[in-house]
Amino acid sequence: MGAKRDGEPVNKRTTVERKSERELVTKRTFNGPARIVFEAWTKPELFKRWWAPRSMGMSLRSCEMDVRVGGKYRLEFEGHAMAFFGTYLEVTPPSRLVWTNEESGESGPVTTVTFEEKGGKTLLVLSELYPSKEALDAAGTGAADAMSEMFEQLDELLVTLGAR
Amino acid sequence: MVHYTHARLDASFAALSDVTRRGVLEQLGRADASVTDLADKFHMTLTGMKKHVGVLEQAGLVVTEKIGRVRTCKLGLRGLAEVTEWIERYHQLWDARFDELDKVVEELKRKEKIDGRKKRR
Repeated sequence: MGAKRDGEPVNKRTTVERKSERELVTKRTFNGPARIVFEAWTKPELFKRWWAPRSMGMSLRSCEMDVRVGGKYRLEFEGHAMAFFGTYLEVTPPSRLVWTNEESGESGPVTTVTFEEKGGKTLLVLSELYPSKEALDAAGTGAADAMSEMFEQLDELLVTLGAR
Repeated sequence: MVHYTHARLDASFAALSDVTRRGVLEQLGRADASVTDLADKFHMTLTGMKKHVGVLEQAGLVVTEKIGRVRTCKLGLRGLAEVTEWIERYHQLWDARFDELDKVVEELKRKEKIDGRKKRR
């Protein structure tokens, strides 16, 4: 019903591209105006609901966001000692957000999100620009470390099961 | 956070269900070692250790390389850092996030519509 009124159905494909040696670009189109999508990125109570998808076994313990130029954010995940934090460099409602990712020091990327509205839909482009090729590659290794952490948890679980 | 094929996960579970094999992984986390070193460290026969390493290798948790007469073992997790796999996981994460964001956007749109109607009244 709603889809008809809104025109063509939205292609809900998420694409990720390594655009250069130090940049990853992710795109997706949302079925709503830019101001609404922007709102979901800048209000903590809304942001919290999608940033840590339950389908990925994630959940946020806390989410603080001071969305203005020079303002800080801090996200803490449940079950980990992991915190993600940084500073907003650009805040242009409802079309552009730029922030730093400071949890891994100087090797962290700068994230730029643009919201481009067309016919009631919004094309979202998220770019993560790393300071170097090595930093982006290391982020990949970091993902492997997270994997190894998962195995540690698996290991603990097995020890618990074995102790019974 | 990571999607894994079931077969691979089963193999990993099986591999981790043994105390010696867990010890071997812990040891290799500190430094690469030869099968002989590992056998010594865990007071086992070479044949027994080879068996354990074989199970870990099948699960992708350990990779081995034979140089001359020595077979060196190292953690296989590093293989997971392959760029394609990392981008694939990154893609899965964002896809899952955006599916949730879709729901938030739909909800905000509905809310706006209702609020709009109220205002018009």
